[in-house]
Amino acid sequence: MIKRLLIIVVIILLIVIFLPFMKNVILKDSLNELSSGYVEKSVSDLKTANIVTAVVVTFRGLDTLGEVTVLFIATAGVGLLLKRKKGEKSKKSDKRPASEILQTGASFLFPLTILFGVYIFLHGHLTPGGGFQGGVIIASAFLLLLLSNINFQFNHTVLHWVESLSGAFYVLLGLLGLILLGSFLNPKFLPLGTLGTLFSAGAVPLIYSFIGLKVGSELSNILDSMRGAEE
Amino acid sequence: MITVFIIILGIIMILAAIIAVMSKNLLTAIISSGVISLLASIIYLILSAPDVAMTEAAIGSGLTTIVFLYALSRIKKINKEIDDD
Repeated sequence: MIKRLLIIVVIILLIVIFLPFMKNVILKDSLNELSSGYVEKSVSDLKTANIVTAVVVTFRGLDTLGEVTVLFIATAGVGLLLKRKKGEKSKKSDKRPASEILQTGASFLFPLTILFGVYIFLHGHLTPGGGFQGGVIIASAFLLLLLSNINFQFNHTVLHWVESLSGAFYVLLGLLGLILLGSFLNPKFLPLGTLGTLFSAGAVPLIYSFIGLKVGSELSNILDSMRGAEE
Repeated sequence: MITVFIIILGIIMILAAIIAVMSKNLLTAIISSGVISLLASIIYLILSAPDVAMTEAAIGSGLTTIVFLYALSRIKKINKEIDDD
């Protein structure tokens, strides 16, 4: 009874707190100074057609580095908690193999999904999407493989090297901007090219590709440790 | 017209959230929380934020649901082992 009463009190308090925000909201027709600066600079200075990417990779690049670090720590935590005990080899479990439809569909869709993921992060500076989205799509392709083939094992050496190297190269590219141009994660040390072509926007596509590889390998690692612990 | 569509999607999202919290069956709860993310990604797309919509669809309704399902099957397995002993 008291629990119910407390819940109602909390809900009423939340309404009291958030109602002023709803009442006083002002919808603006024009961009404010900061956002119009972003919009103009991403096209004129960086030649990045997708403004979101310009903000994520360049103007707020340090935040993105932080996000990648958070994801890395989360993966490390999952891997640590669900560590497979050595020697305790999986006693042949009663898992059924996947159905014919899933196997055929997965073998058809797997290369296409990988290709789509790579396309998403390579074209991050031109079309919606980027490293994070492309990486997740690649991880979902590997998920399809895991679901359709119960005996599939990741090559952990390759996975770890891809993850570590792409993370290291991401930071190296940032440092290269610091050394050559004087600001961390400045992508303008490569030729900017023309707006809207694949080889444009300086180092932005390179940085986003490394982020994509890192996110993809990290999420595949999470999926693998979730599944591997199951056996 | 678009506003009505968004309101309908929002109502379905709230219902799915209530189901996810109230449901006794964990599988139902996981699926309905995946539905919330899927509908949220449609709303982001309507509000012309395709970048966010992609992330929400891929992570929220795709990977998170699968990770929860793996965790659920793991819990069930552990419970079974405890029962067997």
